[in-house]
Amino acid sequence: MTDDVTFRVFRGEPDEEGVPTGEMVDYTVEMDEGMVVLDVIHRIQAEHAPDLSCRWNCKAGKCGSCSAEVNGKSRLMCMTRMEDIMEETPENTPVVVKPMQAFPLTKDLVSDVQWAYDLNKTIPPLKGPDEMDWKFDQIEADRVQEFRSCIECMLCVNTCHVMREHQLFDEFAGPRFFVRLANLEMHPMDEENRLEMIKDDYGIGYCNITRCCTDVCPAGINITDNAIIPLKERLVTEYYDPIAMIAKKIGLR
Amino acid sequence: MSEDYTTHEYDVVIIGAGGAGLRAAIEATRAGASVAVICKSMLGKAHTVMAEGGAAAALANKDPRDSWQTHFRDTMKGGKYLNDWRMAEIHAKESPDRIRELEQWGAIFDRTPDGLTNQRNFGGHTYPRLAHIGDATGLELIRTLQERGIHTGMEVFMEYTVRHLFKTDGRLSGCFAYNRVDGSLHVFKAKTTVLATGGITRCWAVCSGSWEYTGEGHALAYWVGAEMGDMEFVQFHPTGMIWPPSVRGILVTEGVRGEGGMLTNSEGERFMFNYVPEMYRDEFADTKDEAMDWVNSIVADETPTARRPPELLTRDVVAKAINSEKEAGRASKHGGAYLNISWRPEEQVKKKLPGMYHQFKELAAVDITKEPMEVGPTAHYVMGGVKVNPITQESTIPGLYAAGEVATGLHGANRLGGNSLSDLLTFGKLAGQYAAEAAAGVEDFADIDAIEIERVVEETLAPLSREGGENPAKVVEDLRNMMQEKVGIIRQGHQLLEALDDLEAFRKREEVTSPGGTRIYNPGWHQALEIGAMIDISKMCALAALAREESRGGHTRLDFPTPNHKHWGKINSVIVLNTAGDMELSHVKYPPITDNLKELLDADDLHEEEE
Ligand SMILES: Cc1cc2nc3c(=O)[nH]c(=O)nc-3n(C[C@H](O)[C@H](O)[C@H](O)COP(=O)(O)OP(=O)(O)OC[C@H]3O[C@@H](n4cnc5c(N)ncnc54)[C@H](O)[C@@H]3O)c2cc1C
Ligand code: SF4
Ligand code: SF4
Ligand code: FES
Repeated sequence: MTDDVTFRVFRGEPDEEGVPTGEMVDYTVEMDEGMVVLDVIHRIQAEHAPDLSCRWNCKAGKCGSCSAEVNGKSRLMCMTRMEDIMEETPENTPVVVKPMQAFPLTKDLVSDVQWAYDLNKTIPPLKGPDEMDWKFDQIEADRVQEFRSCIECMLCVNTCHVMREHQLFDEFAGPRFFVRLANLEMHPMDEENRLEMIKDDYGIGYCNITRCCTDVCPAGINITDNAIIPLKERLVTEYYDPIAMIAKKIGLR
Repeated sequence: MSEDYTTHEYDVVIIGAGGAGLRAAIEATRAGASVAVICKSMLGKAHTVMAEGGAAAALANKDPRDSWQTHFRDTMKGGKYLNDWRMAEIHAKESPDRIRELEQWGAIFDRTPDGLTNQRNFGGHTYPRLAHIGDATGLELIRTLQERGIHTGMEVFMEYTVRHLFKTDGRLSGCFAYNRVDGSLHVFKAKTTVLATGGITRCWAVCSGSWEYTGEGHALAYWVGAEMGDMEFVQFHPTGMIWPPSVRGILVTEGVRGEGGMLTNSEGERFMFNYVPEMYRDEFADTKDEAMDWVNSIVADETPTARRPPELLTRDVVAKAINSEKEAGRASKHGGAYLNISWRPEEQVKKKLPGMYHQFKELAAVDITKEPMEVGPTAHYVMGGVKVNPITQESTIPGLYAAGEVATGLHGANRLGGNSLSDLLTFGKLAGQYAAEAAAGVEDFADIDAIEIERVVEETLAPLSREGGENPAKVVEDLRNMMQEKVGIIRQGHQLLEALDDLEAFRKREEVTSPGGTRIYNPGWHQALEIGAMIDISKMCALAALAREESRGGHTRLDFPTPNHKHWGKINSVIVLNTAGDMELSHVKYPPITDNLKELLDADDLHEEEE
């Protein structure tokens, strides 16, 4: 299989107001067996455009650097096989590659994800006992290990309508951080309580359980059902359950 | 001065945000130092995130017979006794606490039935020793350190590349970096500096490393005059992916073999039984039945009484065996060997090796629960690097510390799997601690020579104004192919000599690349700036390899195929940039090992009778 493939890639930078300005540019390169989208981008850099910007590191779906939108879908470029892309792309039309659209643009395929780093800092860290030898079972570990497999690719955030359409980056922590919060709240040794923040600062109420985030997660985390819904349920118990409310008022927790 | 740059001041500047850099940062901030962490990619994306199999520490959770003494002995034996025994001792003693501490900070490793940190078998480790979480241990490690680190007050400068280190009156005084995103220029003044820049394997065409592994950290230390040790020792991991071509080199964790994976050739023969070296003969099974007994005990979560399968020999041995099978015409379909774990129940494979399952399914369309993988050697790790004081981690340049893959000493001629992650934690901590302590004793930031800054600025911007030259990607590709061919897994004197010549030609090409574009997030420009480091690193490797006329660990010479214990087995190479501006090679010995530690080693291996 050595066919040519044409990629239509976004090239551009934000203007002074931060509005993405640029154009879609076509590049045609040869394609070898087993290539992924990122390989094609690298070939474009090597043969046509050394200054085409993109992020990557591991090339194996482990670092979450190479997030982009390929044919309109949020994906890791390094884990998206050209075979599959060619199947879904109508004949004689180029493969369209754009940066994540929910985030501000840096350049070409690179998005500015500083928001994620800033938000992460506001989350109260794990508070556990001081001694070093901890015992807990695999069953307890299993509950949170799923959340800990997050590679921080931000594809879920890019897909969530609360971010993408409504740009509520200041009010809503987004699926990635509900995964992180669930990890902390369900951590077998954690003693901190972040529920009030989850309700007020992180705006979990905005999530209306559309499951779009879960659909795109390359780590296969069941974001909506295993992280968000249990957090919502805990909030209901904590804030709307009359007995729990009284117990809380008289300091019985 | 025509170009603007921003000046920053920090007590401790840490270059690198992998496991070593972050662990150093946590320690240095704990001591009250102001700390900057500078890294080329974003926080949490450093190479450490890719580590799979686990972190080695003699916790003795899984096999009560384990102890720091055995870990020390295994590390020295695996390193073919060229290790700095003082570092091997500290590492073996302290890594259990470093792992436990991670759990305290939120890491969740897989558990034993008793609720303790589980441990997995790996090549060269006598007992199950690697704390792990499935096959994504690096992610757990870096995320835990990252989450801990961001609350310590360290300042992170991400997507910055350090290009130069400054010395003032013989002491390290700061560094120069450019911001990859906006092309801005920065001078960091520091009382002490920690290099934690990882490895160099990108110098080879088939490697498990990312674009970050161009060896700039090694080059920075060399350029500023630090002693570089053991640069001939590069670890070729036996199991990288080999098909399809675009994934060539991507790692297949040793955990597959730790979980019972078997290697076979095109004739279906389990060839590793034919490659057990004399020094390991007592410890490895010599029949398939015995090997199977061992695996069955592991699967059943029992302490094995049988000896381990030869697939778990050290990496240098397995990589060379796969290579020899290929030379003998018994390679797998695409030129490697078959690695089979599909005999274990599907559910177990998916639970223990989820990343590998996913990786092969997505990238090679191979279901590892049903069919064998195809694997072959891939450049994976460099044992060589900056020579450091075994306790403080200070290099031979006062004020410059080094930890993690960029430093040398712990691993000798060959690193055991899992010993790197524990290396990062153990020596990252020490580097952070001693760098902060030393910084506290330095009153003022030293002045940095303005002319030197001006020169570095000029060099940094030069590629952007060049026109009509080659695409830097092409030069890098050719360089990597040359290194693969001439300074690869099997080396020969005349090829190494050729490589040294070729490298000078690459230097000429490097000087005239023209990436085009602007200073804004321009990978072509970044790559043009990296080639100089790659050339010097490659040269160090070739030079040290040419001198070492024997085969040992990660260094194999076709023209000198056996180890020479009497001479080479006792000396380590050192490279420095001499005052004439040339690369100078010499050989040194570590101080003699103390008797109480020597007793832990296998007397037969020491070859003292020959002295
Ligand atoms: C696929 C794979 C699997 C592995 N699995 C295991 C395993 O199971 N167990 C084990 O023990 N080891 C394993 N290793 C080895 C181990 O992961 C690495 O040796 C280790 O992570 C290196 O850590 P580090 O902190 O030294 O550097 P890294 O994690 O590589 O970090 C280097 C940092 O330095 C920065 N940097 C580099 N140059 C510059 C510069 N010029 N300016 C600014 N910043 C710079 C980078 O951006 C990065 O932040 C594996 C390696 C690979 C590739
Ligand atoms: S389930 Fe919630 S978080 Fe996920 S995409 Fe839908 S609204 Fe967003
Ligand atoms: S939860 Fe999934 S999609 Fe979201 S950042 Fe993590 S890995 Fe990516
Ligand atoms: S490059 Fe790491 S996830 Fe794609």
